Amino acid sequence: MDYLDQLEAEAIAILREVAGQFEKPALLFSGGKDSITLVRLAEKAFRPGKFPFPLVHIDTGHNFPETISFRDHLVQSIGEKLIIGLVQDSIDSGKAVEQKGKNASRNALQTVTLLETIEKYGFDACIGGARRDEEKARAKERIFSVRDEFGQWDPKRQRPELWNTFNGKIHKGENVRIFPISNWTELDVWNYIKRENIALPSIYFAHQREVVFRNGQYMAAADALQIDATDEVSTRMVRFRTVGDMTCTAAVESEKTDIDDIILEISQSKISERGARMDDKVSEAAMEDRKKGGYF
Amino acid sequence: MDILKFLTAGSVDDGKSTLIGRLLYDTDSVLADQLEAIQNANRKNDDGTVDLAILTDGLKAEREQGITIDVAYKYFQTDKRKFIIADTPGHIQYTRNMVTGASNADLAIILIDARKGVIEQTIRHSYLVSLLALKHVVVCVNKMDMVAYDEDVFEEIKASYLKLASQLNLSHITFIPVSALRGDNIVNTSVNMPWYSGKSLLEHLETVEVAEQNVNLPARFPVQWVIRPQTDELHDYRGYAGRVASGTFNIGDAVTVYPSGTKSKIAKIEVFGGELNAATQGASVTIHLQDNLDISRGDLLALSTAAPTIANRIEADICWMDTKPLDTSTMYLIQHHSKVTKCKITDILYKVNINTLEKINTHDLGLNDIGRVEIKTADELAFDPYEINKNNGGAIIIDSRTNVTVAALMLRAGV
Repeated sequence: MDYLDQLEAEAIAILREVAGQFEKPALLFSGGKDSITLVRLAEKAFRPGKFPFPLVHIDTGHNFPETISFRDHLVQSIGEKLIIGLVQDSIDSGKAVEQKGKNASRNALQTVTLLETIEKYGFDACIGGARRDEEKARAKERIFSVRDEFGQWDPKRQRPELWNTFNGKIHKGENVRIFPISNWTELDVWNYIKRENIALPSIYFAHQREVVFRNGQYMAAADALQIDATDEVSTRMVRFRTVGDMTCTAAVESEKTDIDDIILEISQSKISERGARMDDKVSEAAMEDRKKGGYF
Repeated sequence: MDILKFLTAGSVDDGKSTLIGRLLYDTDSVLADQLEAIQNANRKNDDGTVDLAILTDGLKAEREQGITIDVAYKYFQTDKRKFIIADTPGHIQYTRNMVTGASNADLAIILIDARKGVIEQTIRHSYLVSLLALKHVVVCVNKMDMVAYDEDVFEEIKASYLKLASQLNLSHITFIPVSALRGDNIVNTSVNMPWYSGKSLLEHLETVEVAEQNVNLPARFPVQWVIRPQTDELHDYRGYAGRVASGTFNIGDAVTVYPSGTKSKIAKIEVFGGELNAATQGASVTIHLQDNLDISRGDLLALSTAAPTIANRIEADICWMDTKPLDTSTMYLIQHHSKVTKCKITDILYKVNINTLEKINTHDLGLNDIGRVEIKTADELAFDPYEINKNNGGAIIIDSRTNVTVAALMLRAGV
């Protein structure tokens, strides 16, 4: 069996386990390529039936406009339900406090809104597009990752995961994060998107954009970035390797406008994907700490 | 291109982390920012080269406590194959981690320190590989640089390992003399051991044929989910969604549904946007039957010509994985594929001293213990003996009070 077929079959089986084992699952949808891939895999797992879960987007309010319009178009075309959790609502209600200063980001606040949304709708399983090749804390996480009432991951209390047998049993109030593409690499995702001819938001492809050079990286010159006179704004050909909040997703300079070129560029690239995410650079154990706090 | 999943068994002392680091480094699988991180690290080898073991370093929680929590997965690829490494700690207190890692691997790399030869931990690791029915073993005799690349040392270790292997029913064993630290025979063939004419470790991993013997096993299909759109246009649609555990299903095949024992024929095999004539091991598909039967999640479709074992009293090998010991008076849950039913572990037949392979009479099984037990299940299970068909012979035990997975079972026979 070809490796993409192997990975696909595994992911489909995991999604079907979610459907079979949980009362109220949800698919966490960020508008990024990994969650877009999950949507295709869900179609493969459940069509001609409906998805046994809604898509849930935790919207920081600082997303790329291209991502939001892509999201709305996709949801309409597949005819599935979308639930949006707004970080702004968490800020307004006082549950989340906006960071101050020039490098302020709402990325960390997503966790608050995510946990609020899980509680509000009573989700017992949240499917996410995280992969083990992204980062070493992820490399040790289970495909079915049990979180306590507070959304926390405890690396020492993970369940052994044997064969393809997934134990999703939980107590009330707990929930499980589920990662069907755990075993995929960045390149696998791109090759799959190409093979399946999956549409992506335009920011993944090279385009002219106003950017600010900050902390050694190019950031999109968005209002949310608090640009001042000391910042140098320029227009460059760039693309994004991951799509997150505009305040923490850096662009790479690139001329690549079609998927074959991007696949080639990634296979030759010498910076790993999360290297372009400022949120992991804060400390060596940044991801591990955020996961323990409820981040997915 | 396909994927090879392999397990590395050994401890830091055997150079396991260095070996994995070397594979990643020499196949150009370490990216610039990760490389920068290891070059900036304070740890260096004696000769000033970067310490490749850092590439497999664990979490902050592990470093703080100087322990390895878990199975870590690493990914790399060459032009020929994609690889998933299940990196598991080797000490006896991590037996459950190794069992977990081995459950999803096609091949195991067993590391032997050339200076020490076959030792207690070699026996333990090899026993676990055999227990989990891994069909391919690569014995890497490491640290050959420390024994002057001496062929006799290698041959002696090989002979004593083969003696062990015959006791354990291991087959397909390949021996490779290596130095992970110096890079001998890991990716490139070593100039220091001209007497060795075999492949380097990577060449072997790239070319070893693991293509599932399972394709020839009897066809098994655990039902995960029933697709019933119940819309006007798809009013009678009823598809059984699942992944083929073993063998091949063809349109027209006569199948039996377990545990009910009802029979039908395969009418259609569907995938998103198309239909197939056949589905083989590993494929996620939706199967339609000619007759309208009452089938739900947890049921097993099997070729009528080759029935599985149907039993509610089962003998099995067990690896206990919880700090709370096995209690023969407690009601547990057993999960076999998507089937979950209540069970009791009624009898502990023996425990295995996995360092010596000695069988011990006992009433107690605790964390990391391995033994043979008898189980009584509420509903019958439709399984195959694990050693014949591991894709339909493995199960887990769940403690219904904590919901934690407390044991792995290799089902052997109905009683």
